[in-house]
Amino acid sequence: MKGKTDRILLSHGSGGSLMHDLIRDLFVRHFDNSILDKESDSALLQAPSSNIAFTTDSFVVDPIFFPGGNIGKLAVCGTINDLVAAGAKPYCLSAGFILEEGFPMQALEKIVESMAEVAKTAGVFIATGDTKVVEKGKCDKIFINTSGIGFFPERNEQYLLKEKIGPGDRLIISGFLGDHGMAVMAARNQMEHAINFFSDCAPLNLLLDGLLEVNSGIKFMRDPTRGGLATTLCEIAGGSTFGIKIFEDQIPVRPSVKGLCDIFGFDPLYVANEGKMLIVAKKGSEQNILEILKKNPLGKNAVIIGEVTSENKGLVTLVTSIGGTRIVNMLSGEQLPRIC
Amino acid sequence: MNWLEGYRSRELCEALTSEIRQLADQPLRFMEVCGGHTMAIRKFGIPSLLPESISLLSGPGCPVCVTGRVFIDQAIYLSGLEDTIVCTFGDLIRVQGTDASLEKARAEGKQIRIVFSSLDAVELAKRNPEKKIVFLGIGFETTAPGTAAAILRASREGLKNFSVLSAHKLMPPAMEGIISEGIPIDGYICPGHVSTITGTKMYTPIVEKFGIGCVISGFEPLDLLQSILMLTRQVVNRKPKVEIQYSRAVKPAGNPEAQKVMREVFEPADEWWRGLGILKNSGLKPKPEYGQFDTREVINLPDFREKEPRGCICGEILKGLKTPHQCKLFANTCTPANPVGACMVSSEGACQTWYTYEGKN
Repeated sequence: MKGKTDRILLSHGSGGSLMHDLIRDLFVRHFDNSILDKESDSALLQAPSSNIAFTTDSFVVDPIFFPGGNIGKLAVCGTINDLVAAGAKPYCLSAGFILEEGFPMQALEKIVESMAEVAKTAGVFIATGDTKVVEKGKCDKIFINTSGIGFFPERNEQYLLKEKIGPGDRLIISGFLGDHGMAVMAARNQMEHAINFFSDCAPLNLLLDGLLEVNSGIKFMRDPTRGGLATTLCEIAGGSTFGIKIFEDQIPVRPSVKGLCDIFGFDPLYVANEGKMLIVAKKGSEQNILEILKKNPLGKNAVIIGEVTSENKGLVTLVTSIGGTRIVNMLSGEQLPRIC
Repeated sequence: MNWLEGYRSRELCEALTSEIRQLADQPLRFMEVCGGHTMAIRKFGIPSLLPESISLLSGPGCPVCVTGRVFIDQAIYLSGLEDTIVCTFGDLIRVQGTDASLEKARAEGKQIRIVFSSLDAVELAKRNPEKKIVFLGIGFETTAPGTAAAILRASREGLKNFSVLSAHKLMPPAMEGIISEGIPIDGYICPGHVSTITGTKMYTPIVEKFGIGCVISGFEPLDLLQSILMLTRQVVNRKPKVEIQYSRAVKPAGNPEAQKVMREVFEPADEWWRGLGILKNSGLKPKPEYGQFDTREVINLPDFREKEPRGCICGEILKGLKTPHQCKLFANTCTPANPVGACMVSSEGACQTWYTYEGKN
């Protein structure tokens, strides 16, 4: 950016020339697409005749940079993944920024750059955006909101709905659990030796678009973000007419993540993921789905972790690694450090 | 052995459970007195692997759970005093006092900070000489040496603005208290971390006076199953004794350095335990020569009275007399998000562990 301040000023959000420069020289330059280029108040989109999926999410992660990603990449991937989980093909996003006065311009550029890069890789574009600047101390560095619109593939006439799930269905997870949560934890606690933790933050349409375009037997999907796999499974089983049974020794967790979880007293089942999908597959279709997932780098560690049962209605049960059985319940409150 | 997987080997666990099944031909009640054990037992589903003849009871092993509401009331009172900052471990923050929790008090603007070490509180005192820093000393023999070390550091550095509100407790008086109340127990699964500090000697009176075996256990499923097997063997052979299962961490003599620090700073005092009441010499208070670091000596505290929340049976749960499922409040008005009793607050408390791993019914 030419001859400008190296920090965000209140005037960058004031509607004046500084703001226009910021939009033109940073956002429009990086997000580069014909719709945003028009700089109109609303993005004008052409929609196909199918129904649309529409979602929104806000991102306040701390620290804003972590191994494997940053708040911007997360904001793009998170919203893409919410669209994918509904069975939709992500089309475009909006991006709203709330910036703290004094935020380094260089960091903002890095964040915007990575948003543009991952959006491009995922084949979506950022159609509209907004920037606000608040006084120092009124927000923590940077918050981002992204909303997203997706379309349903023509051949996938039915949406993915919880009501379709029934006993016998198989549960597939697309890879290692807990990577994102523990990468953020390691970065937050400035654990210098924790070099083996990388967020799994990724746009999952690259993994699942193909499967959604054909009638592959996928009945339902959800990305196990905050609260981890356990919370997602509890949400699915809660109040339903079926139970869910998972097998601990089938659940993929990297030894490094398991180790760090033990140190903090966390259970990897409850740790956040940002690039994983839980798939409920019709019995008999699971091997085919698994095979397709495994061919993709984002799904190469996909496994079947359990099944939907007619017993234990409304509950998630876990067969532990030593062969015991217990209930898996919702995450409650924040996880606190141990004292003894 | 591989530290992550070895102690969770299904084959070895099966071998142990099959041996336990063969031996346990009579009803046996073993009590664990460590929150870490309570959690591991439920998390790995160990009760589902044991024969019906064996019951595992959760005793007063979670320091948060046995802490009285008055202690929280006192801490909240202190946090409201001018120029006073209360430092606490995170576990205490959501525990209900008589009217509020530290979390609520903090939200109202009271000066309460979470620290990860007692020495962080000393550092805070050094950096803020104009403030009085009160550290909430909580925990058993495991954390008491850390608090003692903080007092020694404050003393060496001549700090005048650091003190400890001690609720530190000692394990053996509670273990004896449970037996004295006539609660039937066939063996104690003894705390691993406490014993790394204390060693084995403190359990000898329990064996000698009451004929009840003590096995110091580790925290992995294989550790716990082996400890249960060792206790079962002791009962079957009628030879109660103190044994160390957790030998990779616990030495018979414990950690003499930590014991020395603890002895230097603290002396035994009568202490109030939730569910057990006042137990003689079951707590730790700073000795008179360290009186200037004892909050109760340097700040006048109002007279708070212990009052249990209506309907809460934490006391009976802590004694192994009832299970959380027998409490009317459990999973109704008392949940981890909104705990009434202390056993629901800590992730190692019996009620929260049951809520998380056993379900609501």
